[in-house]
Amino acid sequence: MAAEPERPPKTAPRALLDGLRAAFGSVLFYVLLGNYLGIGALAHEFGFSVVWMVLSTLLIWAAPAQLILISTLGTSTLIEVALAVTLSSVRFLPMVAALLPMLRAEGTRQRDLLLPMHLTAISVWVEGLRLVSTRPRPERVAFYNGLGMGLMFAAVVASAVGYHLAATLPPLLAAALLFFTPLAVLMVSARNSRTLLDALAFALGLAVWPAVAAMKLGLELMWTGLIAGSIAYAVHRVREATR
Amino acid sequence: MDPYLALILVGFLPSEVWRWLGIVLGRGLDENAEIVLWVRAVATALIAGVVARIVVIPPGALAGVPLSVRLVALGGGFVAFLLIRRSAFAGVLAGEALLIAGALAFGA
Repeated sequence: MAAEPERPPKTAPRALLDGLRAAFGSVLFYVLLGNYLGIGALAHEFGFSVVWMVLSTLLIWAAPAQLILISTLGTSTLIEVALAVTLSSVRFLPMVAALLPMLRAEGTRQRDLLLPMHLTAISVWVEGLRLVSTRPRPERVAFYNGLGMGLMFAAVVASAVGYHLAATLPPLLAAALLFFTPLAVLMVSARNSRTLLDALAFALGLAVWPAVAAMKLGLELMWTGLIAGSIAYAVHRVREATR
Repeated sequence: MDPYLALILVGFLPSEVWRWLGIVLGRGLDENAEIVLWVRAVATALIAGVVARIVVIPPGALAGVPLSVRLVALGGGFVAFLLIRRSAFAGVLAGEALLIAGALAFGA
């Protein structure tokens, strides 16, 4: 961890502004723009209102969970949607746990941590971990809040624009826009899978879903995750043991 | 169910609860614990399932593109990703180009 700088901490509004600036300068700002453009378009095609779309970003702030919600709410049972959403968001627990010790300063109250925790999504977390350690502790929460709000802003604007585009573009271009999200999720997952476990889990998920869906058991996404994820994990364990 | 109520009950709450739990029982959780690795694998596979679902049972305008074109575009995009220095940008671009070309050739 980088040493804390030797300077007096900035006031909260100034630190928040620094955070916003860091968000606009981050490459992830532009990745989020692209990603939420596609999600906004999907929300339109699945029949949601633009207000609902924006609200889902403000409240859920997790692209995978939103993608599940948007693509399954119309056709799956509520319990199935909730299970898939919650499985996709379990990752927040270890992320938040890893982040908390870095944000806490003397006199930080639990409720001061509610906003930064809500703003935590993969993008904010990755940038936050990197940038927060270079700042004096008392200004970290405000900085992180600025960073999170800046990145969330990108998502909100892009989802509204994508929604509008899906409504107005000719069918061929609308189809291309709708295809962006599955393509981007596939490529980014492939690029980010540093371990065999990640890559295998994704590949097996692609392969298992059609089989599970064809069986018409219900809860198809949950079963896909549990079956494919567990097989990938088992392979990982066997490899670790025999190495 | 009202879509806004559904957003809160089966979207916001089941997702947000993990952030709250992170605050409550966060201390002392090892990021490389076996349970964390398994959970990550399950979540990754689930998202792959969502990708498969959107490609096979697509919404709106995307449904106008034949299934074979959608599958070839996804696979072709991935091959391009592998060939062109594992660039996500190149993969997305190639996939989109294949989708549009296929749709024009075989009816959108």
